[in-house]
Amino acid sequence: MKATRLLGVVLAAALIAPAAGAAELAGTLKKIKETGAITLGHRESSIPFAYLDGHQKPVGYAIDLCMKVVEAVKAELGMPDLEVRMQPVTSANRIPLMQNGTIDLECGSTTNSLQRQEQVAFGPTYFVVNITAAVKKDSGIRTLADLNGRTIATSSGTTSVPLLKHYERTAKIDVKEIYGRDHAESFLLLANDRAAAFVMDDILLAGQVANSRNPQDYVILAESLRSEPYGMMLRKDDPQFKALVDRAVGAVMTSGEIRKIYAKWFTSPIPPRGVNLNFPPTPAIEGAFAEPNDRGV
Amino acid sequence: MNYHWNWGVFLQEAPEGGVRYWELLVAGLGWTLAVSCLAWVIALAAGVLVGTLRTVPGRLLPGLAAAWVELFRNVPLLVQMFLWYFVLPELLPPLKRLLADADPTTAQFAAAVLCLGLFTSARIAEQVRAGIRSLPRGQREAAAAVGLTTAQAYRHVLLPMALRIVVPPLTSEAMNLIKNSSVALTIGLAELTFRARELGEYTFSYFEAFTAATLIYVAIAMSANRAMAWIERRVAVPGYIAGGGR
Repeated sequence: MKATRLLGVVLAAALIAPAAGAAELAGTLKKIKETGAITLGHRESSIPFAYLDGHQKPVGYAIDLCMKVVEAVKAELGMPDLEVRMQPVTSANRIPLMQNGTIDLECGSTTNSLQRQEQVAFGPTYFVVNITAAVKKDSGIRTLADLNGRTIATSSGTTSVPLLKHYERTAKIDVKEIYGRDHAESFLLLANDRAAAFVMDDILLAGQVANSRNPQDYVILAESLRSEPYGMMLRKDDPQFKALVDRAVGAVMTSGEIRKIYAKWFTSPIPPRGVNLNFPPTPAIEGAFAEPNDRGV
Repeated sequence: MNYHWNWGVFLQEAPEGGVRYWELLVAGLGWTLAVSCLAWVIALAAGVLVGTLRTVPGRLLPGLAAAWVELFRNVPLLVQMFLWYFVLPELLPPLKRLLADADPTTAQFAAAVLCLGLFTSARIAEQVRAGIRSLPRGQREAAAAVGLTTAQAYRHVLLPMALRIVVPPLTSEAMNLIKNSSVALTIGLAELTFRARELGEYTFSYFEAFTAATLIYVAIAMSANRAMAWIERRVAVPGYIAGGGR
């Protein structure tokens, strides 16, 4: 067993080493080498993946994982003093900024979808979400079907909107929907009773609820519209950088180091207010850790 | 930069089912036009009134009009939109109960029209005030000399001339208003920019979506510009300062 694994490592090293050493740098790695800097795109309110802490500094689970990639880039290019620039992005501008070269790696809560893979590439899945709804406890809503005739808030430009429409059709329920500009604003629509539910990824809902004024007033429905994998986004058709990202993040997962990072953000108090999301890994997340992959939905 | 242009995206079916993306853009254009037109009516009516009041004799009315202008001109449009949509209903419980039963789009539309109309009215008021101030003092005095009251002097002498003078700056305001209407997307109104963003989000064809939106905005703004130029020529008084390009 040990011998075969060792053999595998040696083989892999033999395959990778000459490729990395001999081949000309291309794409993102070439750009990083030439400019002496790597730019990470990050979200500002995707708790706990990438958000701003009390000092307006971007922190989070995805940021920690991205820094592992940065370390691998430093080692690969022999640039210990590599400058790391942080660029805030939104769900609407993250893809154009990736394509036009403003950011080199996106660390946030981006769903790895097959449609998006036509425009960009993704690193290994580091989280799997279920899309569901947050409602107020006293609303009496316990299933998604109870939303019939109610107003639903969601954030514009996220994959939950088409899903909701799809569910709407299959379940023959009739809902009105309003859009918030970002997750905080969508949650405000729910908190102010302008909407009966906020449909979004379960972990983002948990983040909004945990940080709200009265977390005990809200409940997240157990039903799921769909599961979606999250991955860090990079430019398409850039095999060198993609291999490096896969290697760096894959190593964190297979070595078990991922559990420490996961626990730090999902089952411990996190900044800025020391709230604990209490979100232990689901079976789907365990699966992604056990077998690192970049399969989209 | 290696971007794969895909102009066929407008013919693809949107995830909402049954509609194509170009139809969503057209629906968005409809909201943009509806918001802009209604807001323009409010802006013009309130702007002319407030601008006129800034120039009347006395202290109270000019003071109130000045306060109006400072309030709506100094608060950023984005903030005003947020206040009208999120904060106002919290302050007025009856309004909030009304909104709870109403179609959510109605609330967004009303907030956007009011916000844009009043914001633009402050700017128009300043143009109108400048127009009235630019008239020779003799006009006001001549009106008084023939026995017109202040209201009559404004109605028959000052405003007809002043409004002709300010048609060119009003054209800019009309074009600004159309472009400012995109701010309504921040309260979730599905107008043109909202739809372009949505198209980009679903298909990732951002450049195609915003190229189309840009062309549409240019077309609307140019039409507004031409319409105002036509009005300018129609109402021109031959031989006077605002004679137009004849």
